[in-house]
Amino acid sequence: MPTRPAHETAAGRTAWSGAAAEARTGVLFVAPYLGVFAALLLVPLFWGMWLSLYKADLFGGSQFIGLQNYARLFRDAVFLKSVGNTVYFVVLTVPALTLCGLGLALALNRDTRGAALLRGLFFASSVLSVTIVTLIWRMVLIPDGGLIADLLTEVGLAPIPFLSDAQLVMPAIAITTIWWCIGLPMMLFLAALQQVPQELYEAAVLDSAGRWRTLTGITLPSIRRTALVVVVIEIILQFQLFGQAQIMTLGGPDNASLPIVLFTYQIAFQRWDIGYAAAASEILFAIILAAAMTQFFMARRRGD
Amino acid sequence: MGGVALRGISKRFGNTRVLEELSLEIGSAEFLVVLGPSGCGKSTLLRAIAGLESIDAGVIEIDGERVDHLPPGKRGVAMVFQGYALYPHMTARANIAFGLRNVGLPSAEIERRIADVARLLEMGPLLDRLPAQLSGGQRQRVAIGRAMVKDPKVFMFDEPLSNLDAALRARMRHEIANLHRRIQATMIFVTHDQAEAMTLADRIVVMNQQRIEQVGTPEEIYDCPASVFVATFIGTPPMNVLSAARAAGDGVHQCVQLGDGTRIDTSVAKAVVPAAGTLRVGLRPESVGLCALEAGQSRGVVEFVEFLGDRTQVYVTLAGGDRIVALHGKAVPARRGESVGITFDAAAAHLFDAQGHNLRRVG
Repeated sequence: MPTRPAHETAAGRTAWSGAAAEARTGVLFVAPYLGVFAALLLVPLFWGMWLSLYKADLFGGSQFIGLQNYARLFRDAVFLKSVGNTVYFVVLTVPALTLCGLGLALALNRDTRGAALLRGLFFASSVLSVTIVTLIWRMVLIPDGGLIADLLTEVGLAPIPFLSDAQLVMPAIAITTIWWCIGLPMMLFLAALQQVPQELYEAAVLDSAGRWRTLTGITLPSIRRTALVVVVIEIILQFQLFGQAQIMTLGGPDNASLPIVLFTYQIAFQRWDIGYAAAASEILFAIILAAAMTQFFMARRRGD
Repeated sequence: MGGVALRGISKRFGNTRVLEELSLEIGSAEFLVVLGPSGCGKSTLLRAIAGLESIDAGVIEIDGERVDHLPPGKRGVAMVFQGYALYPHMTARANIAFGLRNVGLPSAEIERRIADVARLLEMGPLLDRLPAQLSGGQRQRVAIGRAMVKDPKVFMFDEPLSNLDAALRARMRHEIANLHRRIQATMIFVTHDQAEAMTLADRIVVMNQQRIEQVGTPEEIYDCPASVFVATFIGTPPMNVLSAARAAGDGVHQCVQLGDGTRIDTSVAKAVVPAAGTLRVGLRPESVGLCALEAGQSRGVVEFVEFLGDRTQVYVTLAGGDRIVALHGKAVPARRGESVGITFDAAAAHLFDAQGHNLRRVG
């Protein structure tokens, strides 16, 4: 077997030890973040998975039961209803937030004082807490003295019980959420629109492209990556519906507005069955992951 | 192909004037280069003709038809932008076809035109690539193809070579010149690069501070600049412009005296020179010669010597304090810090009046 000259091996060793030292320095730089990431995300994630395999009480006592919690969940009508409610809520809110955010961004992407004021106004709701938002919308939606009820009474119509009607409660919470959350997608789309070079629009004008053709042929393809980010972010956020349902309806009427997170909360902190609650959160985690990844890979297959 | 007429066009952005009472005739199939420093209004002029900027006053005609009220797409113009402005999500083919689809041309006709343009610009293999997969020169070619395929009356180029490296810039310059020769289209080309202007133009429009300083062929602009600005903007290195005093001469031509007492008998008719007011004399670096100390009309101290291969630029400070630059052959008779004799080609000297106008043009 041929042997390397001594100087070559020495040079190789020096290069290797240099690279190793560089790698060590790199690890030191990312170590603080990795520590926080592990402590606050990885450990709870795996702890939750481990917990979901136990029958565990909040105040002590646990017993390994394998996948029984999961089997129980798939037989639990209330849980299955909460999954359906959550998916319904996501279907109501994510497309609406994406399209309304895009529409507002397109309308307000101009350099005028009016547009700047409106951008601020539309974003303002995002800084409110869920308590304030739901209080405002309760005042709008409740049939007894609510804004809409008063308007309907004025024109001689009966008030609509938005929050106590099983058919209307989820759309009502969805509207509340869209009003609350519209700021983020609007801002993301605005940022993306401002990145589209002005020259492209000028070239399109010279190419006799009308407004609609410019929107579909230039603007939308130019911001498709942002649209993907908005959809994935909103899927992740809206699957975690909790505060609005907890404060506005407590999941009612008849669990018609019970989302998975509220179900999990009730199981864990009202029935103290944390193993079962952990299993429910793992299902939610899997659903969010699958939905976001599906969207991501579908978009990638389309060439985004 | 269309001629372009601009009559008294003006444009303001708020309180800032960017074009002022500008009039110009561009002949059919002419290659006109608009040259000027940054902020002189040359790009605004181009954009106004294209319809990308509205004008506050004046008339723009293309092929005898008034177009300043028409949208850009209906003016019969096509533009190659500085950054090419290719649609990044479309292939080269789709980029070229976009404008044709928008005006409802049949697919077969679109394909035929794309094939013609691809053959002319030798870019057939590039047609199915995205702009990100093309080099700077290839993008440039696609951008030109996108303009050509519309068969416009006027082609416009807004500093299209400024993003390319020096070698590619020279090659693309030749390609554009060839293209103009082959298709004989009216072309308006905006640049701040005088080499591009001199090599490409049938005529050059030199702009400064929102006004046209001079319109002429490259030879006219170089040999007889209308003003001090044009004289110092065109030419590398620029013309030497020195303060001069009137001196007694042959009575027919104006004789002037430099700060160090050197007399220059210009060929400018004395009759056109105002009796009062400051005068400046202009001498191209190639009209300034270096020689042995005792053989010169004047003398100075060499400050810098820049060797350029085939020639040398020598910066000399005259006894009166004026600095001039001379173009010399490879062998320079003096080194930095040494004194050198200087000769002037008086017949080639220009005289500028107090307003900076070239008095040779008046004569």
